[in-house]
Amino acid sequence: MFVSYKWLQDYVDLSGVSASELAEKITKSGIEVEGVDVLNEGITGVVVGHVVERVQHPNADKLSKCQVDIGQGEPVQIICGAPNVAQGQKVAVATVGAVLPGNFKIKRAKLRGEESNGMICSLTELGVEAKVVPKEYSEGIFVFPQDAEVGTDAIALLNRNDEVLELGLTPNRADCLSMLGVAYEVGAILGREVKLPEIDVQPVNEKASDYITVKVEANEDNPLYAAKVIKNVKIGPAPLWMQTRLISAGIRPHNNVVDITNYILLEYGQPLHAFDYDRLGSKEILVRRAHDGEKFLTLDDVERTLTSDHLVITNGKEPVALAGVMGGANSEVTSDTTTVLLEAAYFTGGTVRKASKDHGLRSEASARFEKGVDPNRVRAAGERAAYLMARYAGGEVLEGASEVNTLTVEPAVVSITLEKINSVIGTNLTVQDVEAIFERLQFTVNVEENVITVTAPTRRGDIKIEEDLIEEVARLYGYDNIPKTLPIGSATPGKLSDYQEKRRIVRQYLEGAGLYQAVTYSLTSEEKAAQFALEKRDFIRLAMPMSEDRSILRLSIMPQLLEVLKYNSARQNDSLAVYETGAVFLANGNEVLPEEQEHLAGAVTGLWHSHSWQGEKKAVDFYVLKGILEGLFAKLGLTESVTYVQAKVDNMHPGRTAEIHLNGERIGFVGQVHPTMQKELDLKDTYVFELSLKAVLEEATTALRYEAIPRFPSITRDIALVVDKETVSGVLKDVIQSAGGKLLKEVSVFDLYEGDRMEEGKKSIAYSLKYMDPERTLTDEEVTKVHTQVLEALKTQAGAVLRG
Amino acid sequence: MQERLKELQQEAIQKIEQSSSLKELNDIRVAYLGKKGPITEVLRGMGKLSAEERPIMGALANEVREAIATTLEAKQKDLEEAAVLEKLASESIDVTLPGRPVKVGNHHPLTRIIEEIEDLFIGMGYQVAEGPEVEQDYYNFEALNLPKGHPARDMQDSFYITDEILLRTHTSPVQARTMEKNQGKGPIKIICPGKVYRRDNDDATHSHQFMQIEGLVVGENIRMSDLHGTLEIFAKKMFGEDREIRLRPSFFPFTEPSVEMDISCMICGGHGCNVCKKTGWIEILGAGMVHPNVLEMAGYDSKKYTGFAFGMGPERIAMLKYGVDDIRHFYTNDVRFLKQFSKHE
Repeated sequence: MFVSYKWLQDYVDLSGVSASELAEKITKSGIEVEGVDVLNEGITGVVVGHVVERVQHPNADKLSKCQVDIGQGEPVQIICGAPNVAQGQKVAVATVGAVLPGNFKIKRAKLRGEESNGMICSLTELGVEAKVVPKEYSEGIFVFPQDAEVGTDAIALLNRNDEVLELGLTPNRADCLSMLGVAYEVGAILGREVKLPEIDVQPVNEKASDYITVKVEANEDNPLYAAKVIKNVKIGPAPLWMQTRLISAGIRPHNNVVDITNYILLEYGQPLHAFDYDRLGSKEILVRRAHDGEKFLTLDDVERTLTSDHLVITNGKEPVALAGVMGGANSEVTSDTTTVLLEAAYFTGGTVRKASKDHGLRSEASARFEKGVDPNRVRAAGERAAYLMARYAGGEVLEGASEVNTLTVEPAVVSITLEKINSVIGTNLTVQDVEAIFERLQFTVNVEENVITVTAPTRRGDIKIEEDLIEEVARLYGYDNIPKTLPIGSATPGKLSDYQEKRRIVRQYLEGAGLYQAVTYSLTSEEKAAQFALEKRDFIRLAMPMSEDRSILRLSIMPQLLEVLKYNSARQNDSLAVYETGAVFLANGNEVLPEEQEHLAGAVTGLWHSHSWQGEKKAVDFYVLKGILEGLFAKLGLTESVTYVQAKVDNMHPGRTAEIHLNGERIGFVGQVHPTMQKELDLKDTYVFELSLKAVLEEATTALRYEAIPRFPSITRDIALVVDKETVSGVLKDVIQSAGGKLLKEVSVFDLYEGDRMEEGKKSIAYSLKYMDPERTLTDEEVTKVHTQVLEALKTQAGAVLRG
Repeated sequence: MQERLKELQQEAIQKIEQSSSLKELNDIRVAYLGKKGPITEVLRGMGKLSAEERPIMGALANEVREAIATTLEAKQKDLEEAAVLEKLASESIDVTLPGRPVKVGNHHPLTRIIEEIEDLFIGMGYQVAEGPEVEQDYYNFEALNLPKGHPARDMQDSFYITDEILLRTHTSPVQARTMEKNQGKGPIKIICPGKVYRRDNDDATHSHQFMQIEGLVVGENIRMSDLHGTLEIFAKKMFGEDREIRLRPSFFPFTEPSVEMDISCMICGGHGCNVCKKTGWIEILGAGMVHPNVLEMAGYDSKKYTGFAFGMGPERIAMLKYGVDDIRHFYTNDVRFLKQFSKHE
């Protein structure tokens, strides 16, 4: 809502309060003033001029040579390029020395050999937004009415010596979608009276009801419909002051009748509609739901197909308006209109919202109906409009109105105790303090034994319950005056859950291991949604996505992380390590919430390690990522529960990928991205992992127990084994461990050889075995006994022989 | 004999002092003090001396040995020290060359902000509550006093999946769920961080996915002044002790009265600049007293219980705090952006 500071003074005295002071006060008491626009900022030296002569420029087809009286003796010569400049016009002249918006200085000049002493201005040149300039002046200069006085300040005449407050209204304060509503608010803030606009209708001796009958079939959607008739109107421009007020409020002037309905819309917050009575095609108004498939041409020349959700105003047969949204082309007011049928109605918010949404027609009118108009202001708005049409369009107002009224208007009556107010706000206000606040708001207050009963006017439809009264008191008392305390009462333990704490440990660990945390989007494309998914489920698709790329909820994080690598690689960062924790979404069927599983994904590309001046370089490989994971699982006490199983995973390198199993359940994978995909993404060798963080973190951690530091020495035996190439280390280790029994404390690989010196199809793998007994020193014979068992088991169970 | 010994001493000491290596020194030791050396020789000739002279000569010989040995030792120490110094000198390196980099990542800036806020409120007795990102219309809207057809639903155009299921538009449904779970009993003190989604085109100031963090306190006798005090602590801890706060009335369907909080601009200190649009104030969060309908719907007696709630956007806070100029940076994950948030402050 744009509020003109000058216009507001019609209703409330603003003396001693500047526009910016007012803005500050309004903001602090509840409605955010988003800006104060000084309309004449940077404009000087523009006066009203009279074009006493206009001739064609001798050297230019499109220019006119004008002699313009600017009230300073002899007329001055001005060259003007506007197509609509004509002799006899009163126009806005930027004189020599004037400044226009954008610090545009007007100087004496020669245009194609002819002297020009100033500029005749269009409205846009004077800082008016193009979309609100009246159509007839949109391609040229603005023309004042003939009574404009030559030499006077044109900016003042155009009401540009004004400031406009832009209110950011929340949905509950629809009452301030009108100048009157703002006046009541400002009156309450400043403690000043509100003056209502003049309504002085002198009806002629004819009755509106003789001209029109009104029937409403849809009373629930339209509980009040009043039709007034104004005859003998002369369509022409509205008075300049009205046009300029509309312009300041962001509405383009059209003609006096339409402008008056818009003026009332701004003044009362009540949308009105003017029909051309003679083009209505009947003497009847019937308000009903549209028929499914009914066609209707709105005045923007678009044919609309209606449904029974939409409310229409008809002439008994066919629609003439889409209720509360837009009129029809068939009954629009034109320059030939002489009799106006003026509609003042109350349409319910839901009905109008549905229609405006379905047809994409959001207007100043529909917005007000949607948010709720004051039911008590409907008729008054119609009367005031009729009065203005009589005054400014020469019309004759017929007596009364034809109306259907089933609207029951009960002002809200809410009671509250002083204790409640003080205990919710945390203040010590007195009854008198509270009473005074409601009186400033012009609410009726009644106090009986500490019970404060308030009757809220119908314009404040947002006041319904005790808490609404508390808010009114608090905001006019001043939020900043409320004391600062802290909650008292039983203490609550502040802490993270085990799960949350472990999640933080995971993040810290991974960052310590060199990975940056990324956060990516949950919505992805159909192509990416299924890639790398641990579980295949149906896609969860948005009903109305904004783009295909963001239409489906992700089933895995990996495609997004690879995007991150791709983005960075393309920007000279081709060695990079990132991870992300976040939900993936597993469908559970159509009408049920999906399972949200928190995943952890990591991706490392390019060089893992480099120390340039020492010439050290190491590209990432499978074991870098596996090492990171092993460290993570060790940190979480899961080393014994996790195993890695060679596996094939889509889009992963078939020979360099493992599934991660937790207690035998598959929870994720680790490995190299398939070289084909690496190439598509333009990445160097890239290793990744993704796993269900939920599964990992929900696994109970075991208590930490100290284990005695061994007091007796251990004995180490190294063995080099020759095995088939396909035999994996994990299997050998299992064999060694089970054969080694409890004396075998540690097994570690220390060499792997697959070179030429091996027999075809064989490899050598060497282990270091550490034997120890915590209670005593082992003898060589004891160790040899166990070690022989190990070698035997390796031979029989894994076909491994000692390398000669 | 006496003169011979003196001569030997002088000769040996001179040689010791002129020697320049440990080997040379060792040769001198063997030459003078060894079994075949001249002093031993001299002593052998003592048999020819009288009984009176013998002890005198013996003492003198020992004196000479002693003197040579002492000098030898001192010289050896000097030479060893010199050798060490020489070795050290040859080992010297260029300390200005860069060190071996330690690979360390860091939190995403949004996580950093969220954890900072979490920790702040944990210190005040709050717990961290989380909830689903795909929500029922009921928890996202209806339970928060936003029935179907409510005009305020326009304020947050949503991504629906079905008529009843959507991507949550705020983290408030976590509050509704927590209250429901507590079955009408207090107290509740929670902070709810998480991802939320709205139908916005991504640009410098809008993102279809972003973070929110909300707080909720429900109990007997929770007052608006408690909200005021809590928010002040938050603002000062988060943005600096010298920040002023300002509360303004506002509107949210789930709170009544509703509040918006501004802090004095941290860029200009409140004098007015481009960041605060010349107002001196920056909007930080929305808050209010929990609407009685919200309490009742979750099973609380609104005559007995009151509560306050507040919510804010970590992106906005990060942008203000670190001067980030484009919200898309948070989701592009350019490493040149991410790595800037490793420093402790």
